[in-house]
Amino acid sequence: MHKTLFDKVWYAHLIRDLGDEWALVHIDRHLLHDLSGPLALEELERRGLSVRNPELSVATPDHAISSEPGRTGMTLEKGGRLWRALKERTRTSGVRFFELGTPGHGIVHVMAPELGLVLPGTTLVCGDSHTCTNGGLGALAFGIGTSDVAHVLATQTLRLRKPKSMRVRFEGRLGRCVSSKDLMLDLIARFGTSAGTGCAIEYGGSTIEAMDVEARLTLCNLSIELGANMAMIAPDETTFSWLQGRPFAPSGSQFDRAVAYWQGLNSDPDAIFDREEYVDASEVPPTITWGTSPEHAIGVDGIIPHPREVHGSPAGKALEAALSYMGLEPGRPIAGTKVDYVFIGSCANSRLSDLRVAAGLVRGRRVAGGVRAWVVAGSENVKRDAEAEGLDRIFTEAGFEWREPSCSMCSAVNGERVPPRARSISTSNRNFVGRQGPEARTHIASPATAAAAAVTGFITDPRAL
Amino acid sequence: MQAFSFVSGSAAPLLIPNIDTDTIVRVEVISRSPEELGPCAFEVLRYLPGGAENPDFVLNQPQFRGAPILLAGPNFGCGSSRERAVWALLGIGIRCIVAPSFGDIFLANCYRNGLLPVVLSEENIKELASQANAEASFKADLVTLTISTSTGSVFTFEVDERRRQTLLQGLDEIEMTLKDTATIEAWQTRDRAARPWVWQPPTALV
Repeated sequence: MHKTLFDKVWYAHLIRDLGDEWALVHIDRHLLHDLSGPLALEELERRGLSVRNPELSVATPDHAISSEPGRTGMTLEKGGRLWRALKERTRTSGVRFFELGTPGHGIVHVMAPELGLVLPGTTLVCGDSHTCTNGGLGALAFGIGTSDVAHVLATQTLRLRKPKSMRVRFEGRLGRCVSSKDLMLDLIARFGTSAGTGCAIEYGGSTIEAMDVEARLTLCNLSIELGANMAMIAPDETTFSWLQGRPFAPSGSQFDRAVAYWQGLNSDPDAIFDREEYVDASEVPPTITWGTSPEHAIGVDGIIPHPREVHGSPAGKALEAALSYMGLEPGRPIAGTKVDYVFIGSCANSRLSDLRVAAGLVRGRRVAGGVRAWVVAGSENVKRDAEAEGLDRIFTEAGFEWREPSCSMCSAVNGERVPPRARSISTSNRNFVGRQGPEARTHIASPATAAAAAVTGFITDPRAL
Repeated sequence: MQAFSFVSGSAAPLLIPNIDTDTIVRVEVISRSPEELGPCAFEVLRYLPGGAENPDFVLNQPQFRGAPILLAGPNFGCGSSRERAVWALLGIGIRCIVAPSFGDIFLANCYRNGLLPVVLSEENIKELASQANAEASFKADLVTLTISTSTGSVFTFEVDERRRQTLLQGLDEIEMTLKDTATIEAWQTRDRAARPWVWQPPTALV
């Protein structure tokens, strides 16, 4: 009793208690990508170690590969070296590698849930801060650095200190054109980008219960922008039926046995959290960032804030710098701001449901003059499913570019950048200075808000279309 | 890992909140080895768009150039998991960062590389920053758990004891864990029976 969902998964993976809240914890799943994978595999080789459990790891190149139609792993020079290194080193280590253009390949946090590799109650890591995404299925999933990637490859464990616990309850029905992306941007603006630091967060409440799995993945994806490296949603019937039939999920009697186990994965009614918050989800509007931190977010019908309250302090200077970097004037509505780029993609919002929402708004409309608009599906399977539904034609007929699965313009590692001082509406998760390219001005928003901006050429409230 | 017991020298104040790892090192520097990342640290702050040094940036000012201690704002190192951020900071000689809070993954990466993260209140850091601007010299000491200045200020800080010992002795975590191989083996054998669905070999066709 008194146990949280996190506690139950944590203690089920405890190999050895190291004392003082520290433990040697088993890692059930390890995802490798082209940025953090090759370096860690090299480190293992340098130490003369082999991968302990190659069957528990999978690899997919996503960050540094081109998204250009017709691309191969070698299209880009730097990215090509990483693609080749990941491919060759995983082959010699016995780790399954998902090649570009084949079903299963994709952005690591899109392909892994989609294939059923992410299961409730498992521990999962990846050398990527958006690994928390996978908590949407009830996994204890978190990002690690390269040294820890090597540690997991060598030992299938991590030495961890038990984090603090936090629960956020969302209650109520979401308004029209409001998604889990908007909920999280609103939450981060309310509590700040370090509210979840040092915490494992659990999201619950009626809003979450009514959400489909893809929306839950998006919700958990943004948790690291709240400071939390771990975020979870208790698995339920929605989760179980979504997992059934996926290639790497258990099947037959194994599935039933797994479900029986998964049904016990929830916080006890008397569980105690270090911090609890409540949000009335019905009041959250479509939300967009105005500045250079995810906490710089307002309703899309809102006013760009004045930094004057904190004038002169480091925080006030940071707000002034953000406004100046973004080329915005305080006190004016954010809606109506002219847009140059629209990017629909990234591990936050590139799943089939995201593309459906965007296509629904784009259908019968044209991308506004002067706007360059991209859709980058999150995985080969998402791309193929979208094409089977005709979503690609809706986008291309409207003037969008329909591109190959990659992280692409979210992190711009592959050179796909927003030009200096150009304004981008992006469904990704970070609006840091220079994130989408030097001097690029990024506004983070939902697929609906991004699609609305593409067809009007301005930041637009999607409810008005 | 290089051990850490203390570091002394100047301390550079960079009190902007939410310095993210993209700001510490741009992601495009993927082809550089960890040892070559120093010139890439804080590129967006350190250089002007034309490539010249930005004279306003604290680490470009003569008294702070090469400072081994960084005084920072809240949520330092938020954002991506890139360990290159820590390597880039080590590359310009930073061995200790004092901030009110740190990004979780960045914090873990610091401990893996012998860089000491110290948590102090914003108020204390402001006090240290004003002494730094008056060119006081600093000592960050992991043995005594103190930050002291040449002007006589002493602030104590806390570090998790396990992490402290790991830093002081420069312990290698992989080597430590490999000593537990038999325990890991036994745990996995039990788990294969208890949760067979986790262990299905990935033979499913996709």
